Amino acid sequence: MENQKSAEEIEEEKLDRKLNRRNFLSFATFAAVGAAAVGGWKWLYHADIEPRKITGFTREPLRDVLNKNETLFRKFFSHDHLVKTYPKSEAVKNVRINSLIGLEKEGFDADTWELNVQKSKDQILKLRLDDLKKLPKTEIVFDFKCVEGWDQIQHWGGVKFADFMAHYQLHNQAKMEYVGMKTPNSKYYIGMDMESALHPQTILAYEMNGRPLTIEHGAPLRLIVPVKYGIKNLKRIGTISFSNERPPDFWARLGYDYYSGL
Amino acid sequence: MKTVKEKHALLMRWTHWVNFPVLAIMIWSGLLIYWANGVYTISIFGYTVFKFFPKEFYKYFDLGRHLAEGMAFHFFFMWFFAINGLLYILYTVFSGAWRELVPQKKSFREAWEVVLHDLHIRNTLPPQNKYNAAQRIAYTAIIIMGFGSLVTGLAIYKPVQFHWITSLCGGYHFARILHFALTIGYVLFFVIHIVQVVLAGWNNFRSVISGFEIVQVMSATNTPNIYPTPHSDAAGCDDEPENNPTEA
Repeated sequence: MENQKSAEEIEEEKLDRKLNRRNFLSFATFAAVGAAAVGGWKWLYHADIEPRKITGFTREPLRDVLNKNETLFRKFFSHDHLVKTYPKSEAVKNVRINSLIGLEKEGFDADTWELNVQKSKDQILKLRLDDLKKLPKTEIVFDFKCVEGWDQIQHWGGVKFADFMAHYQLHNQAKMEYVGMKTPNSKYYIGMDMESALHPQTILAYEMNGRPLTIEHGAPLRLIVPVKYGIKNLKRIGTISFSNERPPDFWARLGYDYYSGL
Repeated sequence: MKTVKEKHALLMRWTHWVNFPVLAIMIWSGLLIYWANGVYTISIFGYTVFKFFPKEFYKYFDLGRHLAEGMAFHFFFMWFFAINGLLYILYTVFSGAWRELVPQKKSFREAWEVVLHDLHIRNTLPPQNKYNAAQRIAYTAIIIMGFGSLVTGLAIYKPVQFHWITSLCGGYHFARILHFALTIGYVLFFVIHIVQVVLAGWNNFRSVISGFEIVQVMSATNTPNIYPTPHSDAAGCDDEPENNPTEA
């Protein structure tokens, strides 16, 4: 009996040693990986902010990831993927005004406004609103999405950007990678990939709810690009340009994703 | 005498602990994003009972005016959340561990008994295997919720390219509400989870780090009672094989 008990005790001691060893290894691994995770987080949280150029205000590793996400999700982009459209009756009457940047009074006169299309470095096509109104009109009622998180069903009308490019024979420009747009005073500016610009639902809008645009909504001409967040939907277009490098972008320079595609 | 009961596989432990900081970062960065349009409330008969969130909450955790930063973190750590969850699901499916996880027919009745027991309304517990009935339901639900967060997240992240997913989620506007509600669900889960872990004690907690539980076997003649319970029928509830005739 006594012999048996001590055998049991020996077994138990052996087991204890084994378990202690296992616990030590497990907890040491847990602590080491935990410390590495904290270290990794600190590195990321205190990573250098990118220089403010085309984009800005974001930690460099995070900007890299945003750009890699863009590369990945652009593979899913298709001109056949359309934003859902609604009947006109569902469009809101009180369209939200979220920002007036670039709409300052100085240097703007609706009567003398012209759209500058920068065909090349020294070739500018100047257009009046009446020129654009001669082109086929496209209307869209869709759920406009703001990067802040709100959305609103809105009704816009104007010239399809692809129609505009075709009509003015901007074929070479359409082969470039990016479109840039800015307000006449250059205070608000956006850049976007050509495929989004040529998406069949992207329009240069001059009407909202069937009436000419109001100043706050970007009169006389604004961009409506349903495959992007509202931040890319520039109001009061002054200049349109084309390039193979990303044009500077107002909100991307303040830390937002350059692509901002939906 | 002591015996060792292997409880949690290595991969289960890794994914559990990886998920903890990743989900914390996702919730934090999600709040930075939500702040920019923090419109959700709980209303009863038109009267607002609670606003998500009170000003003091944003102020206390410094959540205001960081939308761009929130998005940058959110769209990085979403990958860890997705990959980690996928690893866990693949492991659970292919190892057969799902048998110990997904609720059974009897789980819903038993879970209620577990709740009554935990609230000290009932003295006895239904049989406890690796996971009891309440745990089966809760842990399966949290996996489904994680999947739901990925789907509703994708629905609001790329609502045009993945419009069919957005439609499945009830549209863009509703998908954002679902995505938010799931997050509130995680927080509630977390609170209950922590309370239960504290109540369950060290042996249980350690098993999620070291993988095993130590079980006291009182007598060599009885069937080893691996998860002793005050239940009178507990003698037969060793869990290998599980004492569920319908499962064989």
